[in-house]
Order: sequence, then C-alpha cells, then structure tokens
Amino acid sequence: MSSSTAALRAVPTPARNLEIAMRNVSHAFQLGGSRLPVLENINLQVARGEFVALLGPSGCGKSTLLRLIAGLDPPTQGEILADNKAIGAPDPSRILVFQDPTLFPWSTVWRNVATGLAARGVLEKEKARVDDALKLVGLTAFARAYPHQLSGGMAQRAALARALVNDPELLLLDEPLGKLDSLTRLSLQAELVSLWQDKGFTAILVTHDVEEALLLSSRVIVFTERPARIKAEFRVSKPYPRHRDDPELVGLRRQVLATLGLPT
Amino acid sequence: MTEASQLLGAGAASAPHPFPRPIWTAGFYAAAAWALAAVVTVAFPDVVPWGSRELFAEIVGAGALLLGGFALAAPASGRLREFLDHNGPWFIAIGVWLALWEITTAKTGWLPKPFFSPPNGLLNVYMTETNRLGWCILYTLRLWALGFGAGVVLGYGGGVALGWSKRFAYWGMPILKLIGPVPATAWIPVTFYFFPNTFDASVFIVALSAGIPVAILTASGVGSVDPAYYDVGRNLGAKSWYLIRHVAIPAAASHTFVGLFMGLYYSFAVLVVAEMLGAKYGLGWYIQFQTAYSGYANVYATLIIMAVLCAGIVKLLFVVRDRLLSWQKGFI
Repeated sequence: MSSSTAALRAVPTPARNLEIAMRNVSHAFQLGGSRLPVLENINLQVARGEFVALLGPSGCGKSTLLRLIAGLDPPTQGEILADNKAIGAPDPSRILVFQDPTLFPWSTVWRNVATGLAARGVLEKEKARVDDALKLVGLTAFARAYPHQLSGGMAQRAALARALVNDPELLLLDEPLGKLDSLTRLSLQAELVSLWQDKGFTAILVTHDVEEALLLSSRVIVFTERPARIKAEFRVSKPYPRHRDDPELVGLRRQVLATLGLPT
Repeated sequence: MTEASQLLGAGAASAPHPFPRPIWTAGFYAAAAWALAAVVTVAFPDVVPWGSRELFAEIVGAGALLLGGFALAAPASGRLREFLDHNGPWFIAIGVWLALWEITTAKTGWLPKPFFSPPNGLLNVYMTETNRLGWCILYTLRLWALGFGAGVVLGYGGGVALGWSKRFAYWGMPILKLIGPVPATAWIPVTFYFFPNTFDASVFIVALSAGIPVAILTASGVGSVDPAYYDVGRNLGAKSWYLIRHVAIPAAASHTFVGLFMGLYYSFAVLVVAEMLGAKYGLGWYIQFQTAYSGYANVYATLIIMAVLCAGIVKLLFVVRDRLLSWQKGFI
C-alpha cells in the first residue's frame, strides 16, 4: 500500500511520516454515572504516507478516535502505536485539525501559526518557518490580521498553517471542511491533496461526506453507528487529481453509500 | 450681556452667506450664558464675603470670550468641530448653572453659608489651600496606588491559580466565597490590631477591597476558557506554563477587566473611609477635618477633586482595556 501511494507522489526529500497501528482499541465515556461506549474493538493499520478517510454516521465516535490518536485522551482499552511506540501524550508530530479553526482570537494570524514553535521555545530561531507556512496557505497578506477578520475558509487555512509549521508526521483532520461553503470546500480539498503530496505526511481524515472521502483518500474506512466498529474498507487507487464525476469514483460512491445503508 | 447680544446679532447677520459658513450656534448661547454668570458675579454685591469674586468673574468671562470666538471662527470640520458640536448643550448648561448658582448663594443668600457655597467660594478654597490640598492629593494617590496595586497583583495571581489548579481551588474557593462578600471596611477593627500603623492598615483594607473582585472574576474567567483552546495548545507541544500565560490569561482577560472595574469602585469607597481613621493627610481626612469646622466650601471643593481623580482613573482603565482587548472588535 505504502509503495503504491508513494508512486502517486513526487517527494523531493525523504518524507517524515508515521505508521499508525490501532490494536483492539475500545473507548467509553462516563455520562452521569452510566457508561457510554463509543468505540468498539478497532483494529486498523495506517501505512506511512497513506491518506485514510474515516467515514460513518455522525456522532459515531470517529472524532473520538482522532483524539485518541492525537494523544489528547487515553483509550479505555487497547493501544495505539505510532512507529511501534505507544501513544501516551499529545505531540507536535501528530497534529489534530478541528472542524472549528479554534484560532486564539487574542493573537494575530502570524502569532497563531507560530504557536507550536513558541510553545517549544524554538520560535526565535525558526521565524522564517511561520512565514513559509503562511505563504503555503496563501495568507501572507493576513499575517497581522486577527482571527475575527478572516472568512471561514481563511481561518481554516490559518489552522492548517498552524499545524503544518510543525512539520507533522501525521495530520489528523476532523471534518476540517465541514463548516465551509461548497466553493471554499472544493478549493481546500484540492489544496489538502497537494499539501499531502508535497509533504508526504500520513493523513487521517474524519468526514461524513462520501464524495470528499473518495476524492482525497487512498483508503476509506466505513464505521457503524455508535459504538463504532469497522464495517467495511474501500481502496481508492485512482491517481490524483481526481474528478468527482469519474466513473470509478461514482461506482465506489454507490458501494460506500450502500454500506452506510443509504439510498444510492 | 450686551457683548453677548452683539455676538448673537453678528451671528444672525452672517447667516445668509452665499456659502453658509457652518456657524457653531450653540457657542453663542453658551458665550451668552457664561457672560451672564460673569456679569452677575461682579455686578451685584455678595451677602457675605466669599473671596475670589473677581478671579472667578475673570475666568468665566474669559470662558465666554473663548466660546464666542469658537462660535464665530470654529473650523468647519475635524475633531475640534465634532467636540464643539457634541458638547454645545453642555457648555450652555454650565453657564446657566454657574449664573443660577451665584444668584442663589452669594447674591441672595437663599442657600445660606456655611452649608452652601457659591462657585467663587470653591475657587477661593483652591486659591488659599493650594498647598495643603496638593499634599492631600498626593497622600491619597499614594495610599490608593499602594493598596490597589497590591490588591490587584495578589488578587490576579490568586485568581489565575484558583481558576487553573483544582487543588488550589479546592482550598481557596470556599475561603474566597466566604470572605468575598464581607465589606472590606468591616475588617477595620482587627486590621488595627494586626498592622503596626494606620497607614499599613489602610493599605490592607484598600488592597482587600480591590483584590477580591479581581480574584473572583479572574478565577471564573480562567475556569470558563473553552477547553478546545487547551487541546490545541497541548497538541502543539505547550506545557502548563505556556498554556497559563498564552491561553488562560488572555482568554480570561475580559473577565479580569470586569473585576478590575469593580475593584476600582470598591477601592475608592474604602479609600475615603480608611483615610478618615487616624490618617494625617489625604482627601478623606481633609473632608472629615473640614466638616468638623463647618468648612463646607472646602468639603465641596475636595469632593470635586475626588470626582475628577476617580473619573480620571476609571477613564485610564478604559483606555488600557480598549488597547489590550482590541482583538475583540473589528478595527480594519
């Protein structure tokens, strides 16, 4: 798998990316004294540089899985490995991009993007990387703007720059385009693919948009309703850039929707 | 008065210009009102001498000339013009107020000495008591700055700790909730026992009054920060100290400022009370001292100073807040 995706990309420098393995991962929340299971026995392997989409009914627990991989919460059962090491805490090599940009409203765009470098005390030496990241997402002109002055798409681009400035080896995308208008969505989908091809990081995308999953990812994992279990898996071998009307993708879309129990 | 009516006449005559100059009409009425106050002050004798009559008339007369000048030659636009247009009614009201004030006190004695004073009586206090009032202002500002400063620093530090640390909140919150509602002045009897002198005791009382609202509001601000911000910070490699400094504190800033404003008003209230207890100088002390000798003109004069000082400090805090919280508003 990893070799086939690598063939689709032109990577100038050796890409820094992680291999993720989930082993018998289960998770439950305590809600008012009762136990609410959200993930059940998830076994999933994500190869280096792979782009995997997690698809399922909303509220099924996909976002929880991303939080576990990011290390923000520990799983109730099972373990998640990054390059064969158990994930115990958050780390800037694995960055989660939320559905809301969650930029700090009290800081400028530049300062927001610089957060990771500043938090690790390396900002002074690596200021240029902030400028590069802003350039990468086309926000150079807005470096000194405040988040409330950005449109939804620009804010999400800034959030992406804030992640990319840390050179993540794994990008966890939690419906990052879910709240954007459809035109912004289309352009950001294309940008995500080219960033991924360019940087070579491993990417895991949570979405409930079948089309988006098929356009972006090399593998689509379909989950059941809560508690989420893996229901099916689809490989998407179509080379990029992909077109939504491509007969192969249309066929896959029909299959995925059928798996989800929806009219095709 | 005649001068004012001439000015009014001139204004009416210049109205039908080919390009109508934007005359500051309210300025004429204001100049008239001020001139009236000046004329009333010098033209009629005082029932009891108050002093500084001529000086007062000169100041108000100069004000009338200035207003008249602006009425004729005010710039057509710009910030000065906006200021004049906006405040015109107030200038008129002040002139009328001064004239009525002179008439009811110095000229007719309807509002008698010593309980009331004409405006020139207050001016006389400023002229004769300049030195002593100056020292009182400095003493009061010193007490306020030390008390408010100490209270804000400790209250803010405590508030951040209470909002951030569960263990700190476990022990601190109940105590703060118990002590917080007690008026700071209620502590006066015991503070005199615990502090070596009245000044330190006064500083403590002012600090307490300012510190508690700052602590409570900051704690609630830090406690109500959207946890998603912390997730973002942690994910990007931030440790606790960075999260406190760069997430919790700025996110709680608008709460903190509410606490600062509350603390400011409490500290003013407590300041005067504290100064009335065995202080040797200060505006609160001066008010009490003069009240005992029926020096009500001095009391009014001091009240005006306090009003200006307090309003000035409040204004200053607004400026600081607007600067620090500018990210909340659109300002492109």
